[in-house]
Formats: sequence, structure tokens, C-alpha cells
Amino acid sequence: MKLDGKTPKGPLDDKWTNYRSKMDLVAPNNKRRLDVIVVGTGLAGASAASTLGELGYNVKCFTFHDSPRRAHSIAAQGGINAAKNYQNDGDSVYRLFYDTIKGGDYRSRESNVHRLAEVSRNIIDQAAAQGVPFAREYGGLLANRSFGGVQVSRTFYARGQTGQQLLLGAYQSLSRQISLGSVKMYNRHEMLDVVKIDGKARGIIARNLLTGELERHAAHCVVLATGGYGNVFYLSTNAMGSNVTAAWRAVKRGAYMANPCYTQIHPTCIPVSGDYQSKLTLMSESLRNDGRVWVPKKKEDVMAIREGRKTGNDVPEEDRDYYLERRYPAFGNLVPRDVASRAAKVVCDEGHGVNSTGLAVYLDFSDAIQRYGKSEANTMGNHNPDAATIKRLGTAVIEAKYGNLFEMYEKITGENPYVYPMKIYPAVHYTMGGLWVDYNLETNVPGLFALGEANFSDHGANRLGASALMQGLADGYFVLPYTIGTFLCNEIRTPKIDPNAPEFEEAETSTRTRLEKILNIKGNQTVESFHRRLGKIMWEYCGMSRSAEGLKKGRQMIRDLKAEFHRDVFVPGTQAEFNPELEKALRVADFIELGENMMVDALDRNESCGGHYREEYTENGEAQRNDEDYTYVSAWEWDDDQPILHKEELIFENVELKTRSYK
Amino acid sequence: MDLILKVWRQKNNADSGRFEKYKVKANEHMSFLEMMDVLNEDLLAKKEEPIAFEHDCREGICGSCNMVIDGRPHGPNNGTTTCQLHMRFFKDGDTITVEPWRVKAFPVIKDLVVDRSAFDRIIQSGGYISVNTGQAQDANAIPIEKDLAGQAFDAATCIGCGACAAACPNASAMLFTSAKINHLGLLPQGEVEHSKRVQAMVTQMDEEGFGMCSNTGACEVDCPKEISISNIALMNRSYFGSVFGSDKGSK
Ligand SMILES: Cc1cc2nc3c(=O)[nH]c(=O)nc-3n(C[C@H](O)[C@H](O)[C@H](O)COP(=O)(O)OP(=O)(O)OC[C@H]3O[C@@H](n4cnc5c(N)ncnc54)[C@H](O)[C@@H]3O)c2cc1C
Repeated sequence: MKLDGKTPKGPLDDKWTNYRSKMDLVAPNNKRRLDVIVVGTGLAGASAASTLGELGYNVKCFTFHDSPRRAHSIAAQGGINAAKNYQNDGDSVYRLFYDTIKGGDYRSRESNVHRLAEVSRNIIDQAAAQGVPFAREYGGLLANRSFGGVQVSRTFYARGQTGQQLLLGAYQSLSRQISLGSVKMYNRHEMLDVVKIDGKARGIIARNLLTGELERHAAHCVVLATGGYGNVFYLSTNAMGSNVTAAWRAVKRGAYMANPCYTQIHPTCIPVSGDYQSKLTLMSESLRNDGRVWVPKKKEDVMAIREGRKTGNDVPEEDRDYYLERRYPAFGNLVPRDVASRAAKVVCDEGHGVNSTGLAVYLDFSDAIQRYGKSEANTMGNHNPDAATIKRLGTAVIEAKYGNLFEMYEKITGENPYVYPMKIYPAVHYTMGGLWVDYNLETNVPGLFALGEANFSDHGANRLGASALMQGLADGYFVLPYTIGTFLCNEIRTPKIDPNAPEFEEAETSTRTRLEKILNIKGNQTVESFHRRLGKIMWEYCGMSRSAEGLKKGRQMIRDLKAEFHRDVFVPGTQAEFNPELEKALRVADFIELGENMMVDALDRNESCGGHYREEYTENGEAQRNDEDYTYVSAWEWDDDQPILHKEELIFENVELKTRSYK
Repeated sequence: MDLILKVWRQKNNADSGRFEKYKVKANEHMSFLEMMDVLNEDLLAKKEEPIAFEHDCREGICGSCNMVIDGRPHGPNNGTTTCQLHMRFFKDGDTITVEPWRVKAFPVIKDLVVDRSAFDRIIQSGGYISVNTGQAQDANAIPIEKDLAGQAFDAATCIGCGACAAACPNASAMLFTSAKINHLGLLPQGEVEHSKRVQAMVTQMDEEGFGMCSNTGACEVDCPKEISISNIALMNRSYFGSVFGSDKGSK
């Protein structure tokens, strides 16, 4: 089947404006009669729920967290992009659009990405009006910085806590709608199934996590803003609770999973230090603005460092390999994430890694400290500063820019990054894949929408830094509130959906059976141990580099793991109580199934693009795309034995497909 | 390192709860929560129920984790959440006591998990700026002095963990409430609703059953984001100003 992305006709620049101006609307008096369920309160969900509430819909909003404010979005650090061109450095909607398409290695939909670039400007206005304390210049105007893969400064930020501040803005707007009664909030409720009636999404089954009770919630349509699935790798930078269950349950009800193999491995994370670890920590990409990435050229230096006889500071300049600057002179340390991660893997595989595991490279700020120190001294009228002054002043600048990140690094590693270069290594960070959606952000199941990281829509095979926050808020504030009307305008005569309908009965019963089965296995292995094994398989065979042979093997290993899980997992306690182990077990069971889907998808895609790197398809060490055969979105109709692949052809009318070069 | 943990176990809110002792093997590179994970895996291996505790980002920003460690919310280090506390700050052979927040307005759900929805209701009562999506003007239309923006930011860094109330002998939520009031009130965007906001949020805070502030300063000391107690004074000024009609914003 050919999938229809429902891209409107007409010139790229006018598509969204024309579409929005001509789409059918739901009148205010009718909005009051329509119920919408929003699952998720991250940037995408909170912004959607509050905006839908403002518009007059009856909104029910769900999160498994104890408060909407704790969604994973809270942890985003570095910033959010917008084509404001406040720096007058040549930015524009077109440039943001182009950078995003190119950054995504030409595997995203032009129309969606252009719309994203257009509304990016409104997001900054909205957030500033909510009181989000973005960084400012001395003149009181907003400050910007650069992120990887671009040559302009378009990233807005709030120290190293941009996600926190944007989420609090959205959370506060949501709180206002809750107090006005337009949104009813359900904290500590986990959605475990989608309910379809006559083919349309009409509600969910949610488990009240405090009591264990299964609840039926009916609505005219359902919006999933449930985040990404990076935790399928067990170790990732995602919050521990992030999971795929909502999306995967939708897949089990017929929604298509798009491009699940597109995973982003972030180049700058704190390296793994031990087996007990369950979580990796990101060091924001913004650090690559000022940090230089290198490894020692000589093996003897590497050995001395690994054995603790030397530190990075002892390696003379001429013995350092600034490999990103060497390989990619045009972008240097600011190449996109997929490129930077692979380059780190290459130097470590060649034996140049700088910690005891051999899996770490340096991110060094000493040059930046020198540069800033001199310029600060200059502005203070000191044109001949001594080394100590330069160091002190430069360190202060770095501290003002990245203080909380440096502090976090020191807390975790016990090493002072102002003195010793940071050690970093790539880690799983973001998933570009997700539920397939059309231009309206509607999945192939009518009335089921997907927003934010949970959908696949805008980042192609690789996401550029500071674009996830932008996409989440674009979807929630400025896209879905309009496009949801295309579905709901045909529902104004539909009476309230009845939660006693047989479809609800069936969904509740099958969910209950699923829970009871898992509880009754009473095996001998913990949920955590299965999750860890799954992660190892995924990282080994579907991680930074993949091969057909490995993927086939990986798929079989996952199938075996699944069988073992359902035979031997141990989950204590009962259904009818607060039971965190049970919650985890359900999530891991779904991750295992998703893992298989990822392997199948990666195997189908016989090319290398963005975060998907197939060892068989490379040219001079760079990823080799195959536009002839693979310029499509893979949308999987999942079936354990015979998954069906639906293809959405990607049509490029405005951008010429080129080999992505950052040289 | 070998440790003895005295952990508060409480099946649910109706249960009266008690301390249980556990032995656990840790190493100094672990975070406190990773050490708890190890303990839980041990318990599961023995088919015992693991200790319920909240955690999510493990980066000190989501505000989920909330353990009182040896009598101090988030443990011995200033400016550190439980998840960012590392075992290198403990010694081999130590006995460590772990309890939930003890705050009337935060009832215990299970073991170390408490219900902090009172904080959500305080925000719902007025902790926002009333602007609908799409109503905003260009973000650079209102320049804001860098220092002022910085001050607002310092208040805005609150993660809503509740350590302030847990540290306070009166279980007061003044630091939490004042931080939000000042974050918004210091900015021109938030000034318009400031008086109304202060009254509504203070009223809600009282209704939730949080205690009064008696200036012990414990909240500031244990706040993992080191939010200044001066926020409380600023809020009090605004509150009395708004009640007695002399307030002209919080500045
Ligand atoms: C450490 C880190 C730093 C980052 N920094 C940046 C950055 O600087 N810039 C940038 O652009 N991006 C950044 N990202 C990426 C970005 O943070 C995320 O992609 C984005 O926040 C996802 O938002 P979301 O709203 O889609 O989902 P989330 O924030 O993950 O929210 C998901 C919501 O869904 C709920 N939920 C999920 N499943 C269920 C269920 N079954 N039932 C009920 N509720 C459910 C959760 O409770 C939660 O409320 C970063 C990511 C990480 C990990």
C-alpha cells in the first residue's frame, strides 16, 4: 500500500498558510461538546493539552509521572532553535528548513519540515510571554548560540536548563487550564491500550498506578505525546521512565511504526563506568561551541593515560589528533551528531580511547579559556594580561556559559573539568523513528494523533541539536490545535463516546489478562536483568553500526529473549496496588517487541543514512545513501511473523538531494 | 564498600511503617540511587519486595527523587539531589538511614514515595502568566535587563522536589511558593497579575496544610538548587502589600 502523507498542494512557502486558512473549522459552541484525550505532558503533550483547552475542547490529560512537570522534557539542556535571525547572520525560515532536511540526510518530508521552520518563530514569542527566562545580552535582548550541523547562531537557551524552563512554561499554561476546568488532569495514570470503535480511536485503557485499577476513558479522539523509545537500549540519556508502551500499544491496534531503526547516538555523554549503571548522562552539545575534541596520536600516551601515569594536559599540542577538525575542516567540532559519534567510534576502535575501557575521547576547553580570558582582559583595559589572569577570566566566562554542566560532570566523575579535559563518549539519546503520521499529525488510525518525539515526522534519519524542543512545541502549540479540526469537524454530531461499548470491554479484558499473565509467571529473573540483556543485544547489533548478518542474528536473539522473558520473569506483588516492578515489566515486554521491529527495519534499509549506518554501504568511511531505492519512509504494520512494510515515497521538489558533506 | 542501610518501609498510607535493616555492597563510583538499585536487585533475587522510591532523570533536574538521608533531605552535600549524590561521600562500614519526606501535606504512598500533588495545586492556583497560545508579541519587543532576568532565573530553577518543606521544622512550603512568585513577578510579563497571584498562591499553600515560616533557614540549606531564602522575604512583602494595598509589584 502507498501511504498518503496528505501534503497540501502549492508552493512550499505557502502550503501551511493556505492550508490553515482554508481548512474546516470547529465552531466554538461545538468544541465544548467534543472530548479529546491527550496522553503525555512533556513539551508536546503539555503544550497541546493547554492550547486545546484554551480553544474550548474538553481535554483529559494523562501522565504516568506524579506531576506533569516531571516529563522527560525537563532534562533537555542545550537549547531550542528558531529562525528569528536576531543575530543578523543570514538565518531564515528557508535556511532552517534546509539545514533540517540536510541534517536529516534527506529522509524527511519537505512540507512538515518547512512548517516547523515557519512556526519556530512563534514558539520563542510564546515562551517569552509565559515568562521563560531565556538568556539575554547586556542590552536586554535575547541571546543565541550555535549547535551542530549549522553555520548560524539560532539556538535560544536558558543556561543549561532550556528544557526545564520551557516545560515549566507549558506546565504553567496547562495548570491554568486545569484550574479553569477545561483540562482534567490524571497524574500517575499509565495508558495501556488504545480503544478503537468502527476503526476510529475513541479512548484508552489506563492503569491508575496508585490503586492498580484499570480505567476506561472515552473521547472523540486520542492524542499521543508519549516521548521516544531510546531506553530500548537500556543505557541511554533518557529519563529512566521513558518508554514505548503507549506507541507500541497503538501499533498493536494497527497504527504503523515509521523508521524505527533511526536512532540518534549523541557524541557527548559521560562514558560508561560500571555494570551497575542504568543511565547515562548527556553533556550538552552546546559544549562543542567551545570545546575541542581530540585523542592522543601516540599509543604510548594513550597507555600512559589509561594507566593513570599521564593526564590529557601532559600531551603536547603536536601529539594531539583533533580528528573532527582534521576530517571536517568546514564544520570542525560542530559537525552533526551522527558524524561526530561515528568519528569517535573510529578513533576508539583504532585504539586511541582515553579511559580504562578504551571508550572515551577528550572534550577540551583550554583553548576557549585562553581565548575568552584574553578578550575579557581586553574589554577591561588590560592589554597585556598574565597567564593567571587570562585563565581566571576565561574560566569565569566558561562557567557563566556552562557552569551547571561542568558541575554535573564533576559530581558524576569526581574530576574537575576546568582543570582536566572532559572525557566523553557517544550514547543513545533520541529516536527519530516513531508513529507514522501524515501532515495533520494523524496516524493511519483515524482520530489517533501523535506528537513530539513519539512521531517520526520531522528529523529524517538524524536530528539536529536543539530541534526536538522546537518540534515538540511546534506540534503542541501551533500545529495540532489546527489540524485536529480536520478530524473533529466531522464529529460534531457524534454523541459522547460510551465507555461501556463492547470495544472498551474487550480492551480492558485483554489488558487485564496481559497483566495477570506477567504476574503469574513467577520465574527467577528480574525485569531489570532482561532489560539489560535487551539493551546489550540492541547496542551490539542495532547500534552505531549495523550489518545484515548482525541484524539477522540480533533478531533471533531478541525472539529468544522474548520467549525467555515470558517464561521466567519475576514480578513481585499484585495487580491491585502500587507496583513499580509491574509497571517496569510491562514496559520491558513492549521494548522487546519493538527491538525486533527495529532490527527488521534496519535490515530492510540497504543504505547508510544519518543515524542508520550499515557497514556494507560506505564510501571513504562516510555513510553512503541510496536515493534510487530508499527515498521512502518505512511504515511497519507489525505482526510478529509477517510484518508488512508500507512505503511513503519522499518527494523533494525544493531541495536537491546531495551527498551530505561537512568537509 | 560494605554498608548497612536502615530504610523506612511502609506498605501503604494506612500502614504505620517501620525501619528495616539491610546489608549492601557498593562501590564509590555509584550514585546513591545506583546503590539502591543494587539493593533492590538483591531483594528481588530473594523474592522479596523491592524498596519503592521515586526517580526518573537521574540528572538532578526532574525533582522526582526524594530521600532523607541521615536526617537531611537529599543527603549530606549541599546543592545536590539524591540522584547526584555519589557513594564516594560515604565510608566503608557506614550505617545510613533513609526515610521519605516527613511532611503532613505530602502523605506517604509506599516506602519512600510520597504524594506531592499539593505543589501542583499551588501552581494551579496562580503560578502562571495568563497568555493564550498565539497571543504573544515578538520576543524581543520587551527587553529585560540581564541581571533582572538572571534573578528571575535563579528563582525559576526550582525543581519542585519538596526538600524545602521536608527540611523545615514547620513543614512550610514558603520557599517553593515564593520561588515561583518571584520568578514570574520579577519579569515585566508577570508583573500585571502579581498581586492577584501572590494572594491566590499563599492562600492555596495554607489550605494544603503546610506550616508557617519561622526563619530557621533550613529550606535554603537543603534546597538542591540553592534557592535563596530572600525569596520568602520578597514574597512576604508582596503579600502584605497586596493585602493592604500598597504593593507595586515585587521589585
Ligand atoms: C538529556 C537530554 C537532553 C536533551 N537536550 C535537548 C536540547 O537541548 N534541545 C532539544 O531540542 N532537545 C533535547 N533533547 C531531546 C528532547 O528533550 C526530547 O526529544 C523532548 O523533550 C521529548 O518531548 P516529548 O514531549 O515528545 O516527550 P517527553 O518529554 O518524553 O514526555 C512524554 C510524556 O508522556 C507520558 N507518557 C509516556 N507514556 C505514557 C503512558 N503509557 N501513559 C501515560 N503517560 C505516558 C510521560 O509521563 C510524559 O509526560 C534532550 C534529550 C535528553 C535525553
